[in-house]
Amino acid sequence: MPPESPPVAAPAPDASAPSPPHQPGLLELFLAFAKMSLAGFGGVLVWARRAIVEQHRWMTAEEFNETFALCHFLPGPNIVNLSVVFGSRFRGIAGGFAAFAGLVGPPMVIATILAALYARYGDVDVLRRTLAGVACAAVGLLFAVVFKMMLPLLKRRDVTGLVILAAVFVAIGLIRWPLQIVLLVAIPLSLAITILTRRMVKA
Amino acid sequence: MNSEANPIAALVWTFGLMSLFAVGGANSAIPEMHRAAVDVHHWLTDKQFADVFAISQLSPGPNVLIVTLIGYSVAGVAGALAATVAMCGPTALLAYYVSRFLDRSRGARWPAIIQAALVPLSIGLMAASGLIVAQTSDQSWIAVLITIVAAALAFATRINPLWMLLAGGLLGFAGVV
Repeated sequence: MPPESPPVAAPAPDASAPSPPHQPGLLELFLAFAKMSLAGFGGVLVWARRAIVEQHRWMTAEEFNETFALCHFLPGPNIVNLSVVFGSRFRGIAGGFAAFAGLVGPPMVIATILAALYARYGDVDVLRRTLAGVACAAVGLLFAVVFKMMLPLLKRRDVTGLVILAAVFVAIGLIRWPLQIVLLVAIPLSLAITILTRRMVKA
Repeated sequence: MNSEANPIAALVWTFGLMSLFAVGGANSAIPEMHRAAVDVHHWLTDKQFADVFAISQLSPGPNVLIVTLIGYSVAGVAGALAATVAMCGPTALLAYYVSRFLDRSRGARWPAIIQAALVPLSIGLMAASGLIVAQTSDQSWIAVLITIVAAALAFATRINPLWMLLAGGLLGFAGVV
């Protein structure tokens, strides 16, 4: 599997990609997660979606959304959760370990080396200036992923989903209400709306 | 730097417990980490914490690596390992069992309903944290421009996003941002 070359076919929208044609092995899981992790300056989600949905086509855009949403709402670092859930879905517990080790192992070594360098040389002003520039671009990448994740909702014309999405964005991003309270209200509400609309569609 | 008998045990206990309450990812736990590491245990000073945060953002990998760095500064490599495993282990196990449980009850309708209901919330949260990070990182119009260009390129083209990060880093290094 060539890692960097884009898929041969015309770049069709991801949502229409067929379900996974190929089951990754343990080494493949380890390497894939190590690679997305090492590329992940300012967050791994961008790279995880790119690798899983766009390059390897191990999941469709919708499957990725649902798996990530689950990991997002379980406690703990969500990309770490995603690696374990994703790996174990293909290869059981060993797969979960392989993906987790790939995600956390290599960057842990790098971070520790950086910490040792910092302890030795102290001042990180040049690093911080560079980091500020990286951060600006990284935020842009995050917005691009958010928009890509919205595409399945837009395609389905899922108005209620989009309204809930916008409400959470406004409550937390603009008004800055505390996360816990917003979730305490939003999760039951979203569940109720989903159940109701499914009933109405069926009726 | 700390007066506790066994710093490793303190690290494991602190981060193991914290991970179980960190809904919404490692970044939403940053304030709590600051409280534990600086105010409660006096592992780090305020400035050290800010530097550790910067280094964790600078190094590739999941944001949770800040825990590795705190562990490292408390008890060296052993501390780094202990803190990381404590922060990731319990919730990874939980995620594994929950996902297996959902997979097993594929026939039932409610797992699909729960996941479908969580998707818009999850995307809304991501958008909100993007906005919050942008408000701290984009302090000049050039910075805003870099963000917009990176977002547009990453959405509309298949250019490897590493190039955009590299360009941002170079502009920052040159002092333009």
